[in-house]
This record gives sequence, C-alpha cells and structure tokens, in this order.
Amino acid sequence: MNFFFEVLITGLLVGIMYSLVALGFALIYKASDVFNFAQGDMSLLAGLALVGFLTIMPLWLALVCTIAVMTLLAYATVFIIFRPLVARPPLILFMAAIGLAFLVQGIGQSIWGTDAKGLNIGIPDNPIILGELFLSSFDLIFGVVAAALVGGLVLFFQKTRTGRALRAVADDHEAALSVGIPLLNAWAVTWVIAGIVATVAGIAWGSRLGVQFSLSLIALKALPVLILGGIDSIPGAILAGLVVGAGENLAEVFIGPYVGGGIQTFFPYLMALLFLWFRPYGMFGKEIIDRV
Amino acid sequence: MLYRECGNFKDNYAKDMAIFPIPLDRWGLGIMLVFAFLVIPFTASDYWLSSIMIPFYCFSLAALGLNFLTGYAGQVSLGHAAFMAVGAYSSLILYGRYGIPLVPSILGGGIVSAIVGSIFGIPSLRIKGFYLAVSTLAAQFIIEWVLTHWKWVSGGVFGTIDVPNLYIFGALLDTPLKKYYLVLCIVALMITFGKNLVRGQLGRNWMAIRDMDVAAEIIGVSLFRYKLIAFAVSSFYAGVAGALITITYYGAANIEEFNLFLSFHLLGMIIIGGMGTILGSFLGAGFMVLLPIFINQSMLTFMERVPSNLRANSEAIVFGGLIVFFLIVEPYGMARLWHTIKEKMRLWPFPY
Repeated sequence: MNFFFEVLITGLLVGIMYSLVALGFALIYKASDVFNFAQGDMSLLAGLALVGFLTIMPLWLALVCTIAVMTLLAYATVFIIFRPLVARPPLILFMAAIGLAFLVQGIGQSIWGTDAKGLNIGIPDNPIILGELFLSSFDLIFGVVAAALVGGLVLFFQKTRTGRALRAVADDHEAALSVGIPLLNAWAVTWVIAGIVATVAGIAWGSRLGVQFSLSLIALKALPVLILGGIDSIPGAILAGLVVGAGENLAEVFIGPYVGGGIQTFFPYLMALLFLWFRPYGMFGKEIIDRV
Repeated sequence: MLYRECGNFKDNYAKDMAIFPIPLDRWGLGIMLVFAFLVIPFTASDYWLSSIMIPFYCFSLAALGLNFLTGYAGQVSLGHAAFMAVGAYSSLILYGRYGIPLVPSILGGGIVSAIVGSIFGIPSLRIKGFYLAVSTLAAQFIIEWVLTHWKWVSGGVFGTIDVPNLYIFGALLDTPLKKYYLVLCIVALMITFGKNLVRGQLGRNWMAIRDMDVAAEIIGVSLFRYKLIAFAVSSFYAGVAGALITITYYGAANIEEFNLFLSFHLLGMIIIGGMGTILGSFLGAGFMVLLPIFINQSMLTFMERVPSNLRANSEAIVFGGLIVFFLIVEPYGMARLWHTIKEKMRLWPFPY
C-alpha cells in the first residue's frame, strides 16, 4: 500500500509540472483563440536562454534576462505574426502556431546551440522521508513553486486592473474593444504571462532532463492534460494535470509490466479520449453550441 | 488570351461531366504526363529519379490523402505519418511473410491502414475542433508503440523490417528506373481516382461537412458515414504512400521515418500547397522535398560565413517562417497562385 501511495504522489508531483505547461496553452487560448502549439518550444527557448545567460551572470540577473527574452518573443509574436491574422479561422491560427513552434525552436538552437546542457540552479534533489514514503525534494519544491505561481495568477486575474482587462478580452473580443481595451496589447500581455509560465516549466523540466531539443516535447505531454481539462479552462488544466500525472504513473507501474512497458507515451491520450467520449469539451471547457 | 475558356460548347452529357472540360487543361495535363512518363526517366540521373522524383510522388500521394481529410472534410489529423507507417509495415508483412504479389500487397497495406484510420476516426463523431486534433495525436503514439513493442508486427525491438528483393510479374525490381515507373503508375492512377472522388457526391458531402457540419447533417448528409469514409480514404492514400516510399526509397520499414514531425510536415505541405485542392498537394510536396536540398546546397556555398548552429537549424527556421509567411500572405496556398496566373493570362495582353 505504501508503494502505491509513493507512486501516486510522485505521479501527482509530475502532474503539477504537466499542469504548468497546459496552463500556458489555456491562458493563450482563452485570450486570443490561438491554440499555441509553440508552448513547449517556448519552454525550450527559456531553458536555453537561462543556461546561456548563467555562464556570464549571476542567477537573478539571468532570470531577469530570460524573462526579457520571453517578453520580446511575446511582443514579436503578437505584432508580427498574429496581428495580420486577426479574425481568421481558428485552424489557420493553429497552423501559424505550428510555424511559430519551428521558428522558436530553430532560432533558439541557432543562438545557443543544439547540444544537451545541464541546468542547475541550486535546488537540492534529495530523497525526503515522509512517514514511510520516499519523495524527491526537488519535486516537492517545484510543486510549491507551481502552486504559488497559480495562486499569483489567480490574484493577478481577479484583483488587478490589467487582469480584469484580460478577462474581458477572453470573454468577448469585440465588446472588450468597444469599451476601450487595446486588444493587441492585451494579447501581448497574455503571451508574456504564458512566457513566464513557460520559463518556470522550462526550469523545472530542464533541471530534470537537461536542456535540449526533447524539452520541447513536453508540449506533447501537456496536450492530453489540456483536452481532458477543457482547452479554455485554467482550473481544468490544473486538475487534469494531477489526474494525468497520477494516472500515467500508476498505469506504467501497475499495468505496464503486463503489456511490455513504455505505455506512458500514450496512456494520457487514452484517458483523455475515453473521457472526451462522454464529455466532448473536457472537465470544465466551454461548451460550443452550433447554430445553423 | 493565352488561357481560353470560351468556345467550349457542351452539347452532350459526356462533355458536361468531363473531368477537365477546358481543352487547354487537357493538353497541359497530357504534356505533363508525357513529360513524366517519357522525358524524365530518360534524361534524369539515377540520383534525381530515386532521391527526388520518387519521394516527391510518394509525399504528393500522402499529402493528397491528408488533403481529403483536412482540406475537403475539415477534420485535422496530426497522426498521418503513423497511418503511412501502418501501410508500410503491413504491405511488407503481406509481401514478405505471406508471399502475396507486390501490387496487391501495396494496396493491401493501404486497406489495413484504412481500417486502422477509420478506427481512430471514430472519436471525430463526438469530438470536434482542437479536441479532435489532439486526439489524433493518440493515433501517432499508439501506433508507434504497437510497432515497436509487438514482436509479431515488426519482428524485434528495433521495429525494422528490411525490404526483400522485389519481383513484379516475375521481373526483378532493381533499378531506379523500374521503381520510378512503378511509383508513377500507381500514383497517376490514384490521383485520377481521387480527382473523381472529390468532384462526385462523396467530395461534395465532405465539403458540406467542412463548411458546417450541423447544416450538413440537417440537409441529410450522414456525419457518421462520411466522416469515417474521409478517415478511411485518407489513411488508404497515406498507407499506399507509406508502402511505396518504403519499398522504393527507404529500403526498410522503420518507425523512425514516420515520426510526429512527418505528420507536421504533411500538414505543412497542404498549407503551403493549398488546402482543398489536388494541385496543392503536388505543389506542397514538391516544395517540401526540394526545400531541404536547396537549403543544404546554399549552405554549402556559404559554408564559411554561416555559423554551424545556424546551419543545423536553418531548415526549421525556413520551414516555420514559410508556414507563417504563407498563412499571412496567401492563405489559400500555392495553388491559389496558379489561379491568379490563370486570371492574368485570360486577359493578357489587355489590361481588362
């Protein structure tokens, strides 16, 4: 039974990191209807930039510079790519995001190189013994950081003037425009926030796996989380991340050995597919009602 | 005045239903077919035949398959490379293990792929839009996993089946020229079939579903049937393309060749070429086959001046940049450019 809980809790902690990536997707989708396929590549870019800056400056300055890079990226994306595409069908925006993914990944790797780099920002990775459970301190710390980030986002969206403007934009573009909210700026701010979320995810995953091309593939881990929770739902992304993290870890440990292992790659998708069959818009996704 | 559509009198039903009603189109196509069948094989070098023309035809076929699904029926698929893999593996198993003749095993690979594709198409009945796009990724991961983990399918952990010596009607298929003809014949037949498919009732139903599925259902188009047919036909084309490219170009069925990035590349082909057009599948495939070669060549020329990191990543940058560029500047793809050229030629040399 202890083993079961250990697997479960490890899964939940991994799930928080999936939520972080899915959160970036949900934020941008809610605000601008863009299904941002480049979220994983943004994490890669943030990781690469951070490692690059760390070689020449202290940690806090490197973090500031990384976030500056992400801000630059956000404004460039919105004003160069998505401004000409305003009011195009969502599918076109999605494809533009795929193009963006290749661009971000190519440019990031051109500047900072393609070889795998270690990222160590001084978070200890020791086993912690909690009662009779063995857990990694690194996972725990990042769980806390992620929770703090989500809390901060909630406060930002609910309590500040900018946050309220962003929610208005997410609700209805035209109504928001008509009361004087600058649409493109609001989008850019959303992309900056998504960039910061991507940075945190990039640090978390980069410290575990090393900063390299495969970091961009965590987007593929976050996608089932996203559709399970509902594409435009922030609580959905968090809850679904936990469910997927726990589910895939349990499945890998308890079902995996019977079918040859390695089922982690597709098990989340199966979970999401099964769930969507009954609720086609995920847990908390906004139901789209078609009218002829 | 160069491109004339007038003076074309349809005085019987056969002419009215003709696949290319304009004489100029027919001649143009005829000249291109003669070129493909008679000129290219005898003028191109072996390198051009086997490394450029054969992949170009195969990817055109795969892109056409994806175009049926995405461009005509409006369902995005991010797992199309996996359907190509299914076609490749099953045709090799049919040919190598059960001794079925070559052409039937290629088509058989397509049929297996169609069955698998329609199974993964079932969620499209409930799930729409991006939810569906992400669900099709499941196809990619599940198929990859099955091909690498089930020993019966791939014969080992590495998931590779080598292509044996190929015999067609008793003749050994060894030179690039013979392979070229095999690919060209199958592709030409399937394109003709596909062109007829989309201008018939099936294609119109697909387009009705793409434009608005609720409205289509109300006027009596069965969503269940036509969405599944779209997935089946589309993965049949992908499967045949996968089988062809494996036996004539790769030389071994390997799951690494059919990874997620190929799925994205196929999607890129139909965006750049033009969604919902047959011509677009060709233009997009040709563009994507030639692009890496072109980039490599130009990089070789400027070898010293370009830093090595940029060289390694230039393909991703150019590819991503082109997708974005086409979406902004010409959302209907290169096929639209041909349309614009026709409009200009219709009036040339007069301004209006």
